[in-house]
Amino acid sequence: MSKTYEYVPEPALVKGNHDFSSITALVTDINMRPTPKGWYIAFAISNMLLLVLLVSIAYLIWEGTGIWGLNQPVGWGWAIINFVWWVGIGHAGTLISAILFLFRQGWRTAINRFAEAMTIFAVMCAGIFPAIHVGRIWVVYWMFPLPNQMAMWPNFNSPLLWDVFAVSTYMTVSFLFWYVGLVPDLATVRDRIKSKVGKVLYGIGALGWRGSNRHWWNYEKSYMILAGLATPLVLSVHTIVSFDFAVSLIPGWHTTIFPPYFVAGAVFSGFAMVLTLMIICRKIYNLEDIMTVDHIEKMNLIILVTGSMVGFAYLMEFFIAWYGQVEYEKAIFIIRATGPYAWAYWIMIACNVISPQLFWSKKIRRNVTLTFIVSIVVNIGMWFERFVITVSSLSTDFLPSSWGYYSPTIWDVLTYVGTFGLFFTFFLLFLRFLPMIAVAELKGVMPQADPHNYDENGEYVEPKVEVPEPKKLNS
Amino acid sequence: MSTTKNNLYGILAEVRNPKELIDVAKLVDKSGYKNYDTFSPFPVHGMDKAMNLNKSKLGWIVLGHGIVGLTGAFAMIYYMMVYDYPLNISGKTLMNIPAWIPVMFELTILLSAFGAVFGMFFLNGLPKFNHPLFNSEQFKKVTDDGFFICIEAEDPQFDAEKVEKLLKDAGAQNIETIHDES
Repeated sequence: MSKTYEYVPEPALVKGNHDFSSITALVTDINMRPTPKGWYIAFAISNMLLLVLLVSIAYLIWEGTGIWGLNQPVGWGWAIINFVWWVGIGHAGTLISAILFLFRQGWRTAINRFAEAMTIFAVMCAGIFPAIHVGRIWVVYWMFPLPNQMAMWPNFNSPLLWDVFAVSTYMTVSFLFWYVGLVPDLATVRDRIKSKVGKVLYGIGALGWRGSNRHWWNYEKSYMILAGLATPLVLSVHTIVSFDFAVSLIPGWHTTIFPPYFVAGAVFSGFAMVLTLMIICRKIYNLEDIMTVDHIEKMNLIILVTGSMVGFAYLMEFFIAWYGQVEYEKAIFIIRATGPYAWAYWIMIACNVISPQLFWSKKIRRNVTLTFIVSIVVNIGMWFERFVITVSSLSTDFLPSSWGYYSPTIWDVLTYVGTFGLFFTFFLLFLRFLPMIAVAELKGVMPQADPHNYDENGEYVEPKVEVPEPKKLNS
Repeated sequence: MSTTKNNLYGILAEVRNPKELIDVAKLVDKSGYKNYDTFSPFPVHGMDKAMNLNKSKLGWIVLGHGIVGLTGAFAMIYYMMVYDYPLNISGKTLMNIPAWIPVMFELTILLSAFGAVFGMFFLNGLPKFNHPLFNSEQFKKVTDDGFFICIEAEDPQFDAEKVEKLLKDAGAQNIETIHDES
């Protein structure tokens, strides 16, 4: 049996004819140019949406959670759905910055800063929902183990409390990780910017960084340790979010598949969100040399893998419901696919299971427009996944006499739409004022950065790709 | 500091690329200098070895923080759930350790991350308001595409002429004397 094969070398991470200083200029000039008009328009729209959020929250605090569509038996509605959705989106940032770092995936450097920023703002949006849904927001500090007038402590056996610790730790560690990565790049802007105020402000952010190797020495260690810490952290956060459901006794929730299934779904939706944002930004800011089609293809592969894992989990849930022979468990899955929320269920299946299968084709994986469309479809699908899990299980629980249909009110919708205002307000500020690509890290993965790619006279020599001879197979 | 050695901080020199930086660092290290440092826009692969730097001590700082996080979390939960306000929840044991694991884990990670970040800044002596090297105009390139080496005047075998000759022979350019003006 003879087999011919072609050797496919790893594509260059940076396209075009770039050296170190042209990369610096390409990225940091964005921060130093005058603000483009389009930015103001986008910022104004985001600000208006942010105002919508603030008004919705103010009215909620004034009037109480009765303004939402919650009822008996559906006591958990859009607030938890949106919370899980936003946290899930955030997970891609940590996956890219931490897990791909540990796996030495050089291509992550083009998108990690960007994705980490997305993580932080997504977790901020997520954190709003548990904070405002408590009803009496003026005693929201009861969620934390702080001394209070009742002389009581929170219940450490409760998944809802675990969630408080998981999400606040996640937010803090993500921010620290992001900032550590930013320090050398803030120093780059500090050394290049002309304005006095800018020099002082970026200088404060850069903490006096001067590229010393005795600093890099500790810095790299710190980065490695943070990646090692963030990896189990990101897995634990969505695991604990899934415990909010899995530790309760509601049919359809009380399953052991939830933690891995939630984590896969989180990465799935997060990568889709990174793609959505990245495809817009690389176009507007002319960063196609750095965020190349090869990057898009690699991310699409991860979407394909995690999307298929999610699809597998949907199948497995059905199988276990049948195999477990618990009446309520069996019933809820049949109701999900055929009952009052069947429309949501089939939207979820179409968006999450079927749409990523397009990426089996290399042509589609490398097609920017189609990728953009699928990335949005995936995020719609993942929102519906949380909707199906939360609402269908609650609305048709153990006793048919207590069943009820849930629909959101205008305030549910406005609060959700408003969080996009919060997200994009911060994201636009980030694009405007901070280097959106990790410049120092990107330079480190360029072939010019490797001392081995220089000859004895110190001249740069293009690295040669050694193509191994195909081994002769015994026929 | 103000009068010794004419406020001399050290001698700075530029090389063209990471390979030359490694070579010059090896040479300086072999010549017996201790107080010197190299500067680059990104961490250069193999530089720690060239400069004879052993393992960073940061790991121990992080370990210490992690242990404090773990034991601190356990102590806090034990105090709250068992000692200060024991709650009988359907007769279950008060020392419900499996249910405490998530919070103990999260606090271990949180404290370790603090250790990793603030420990790193502490070991690096950052934040720093100013540094003599920032007086050099050419040193601005270090965060863009410049590769520098600086031998500090504090070094026991520092001799300005010898240092300049060493750097020049190694092929370094733009040799500059840096003064501490603070």
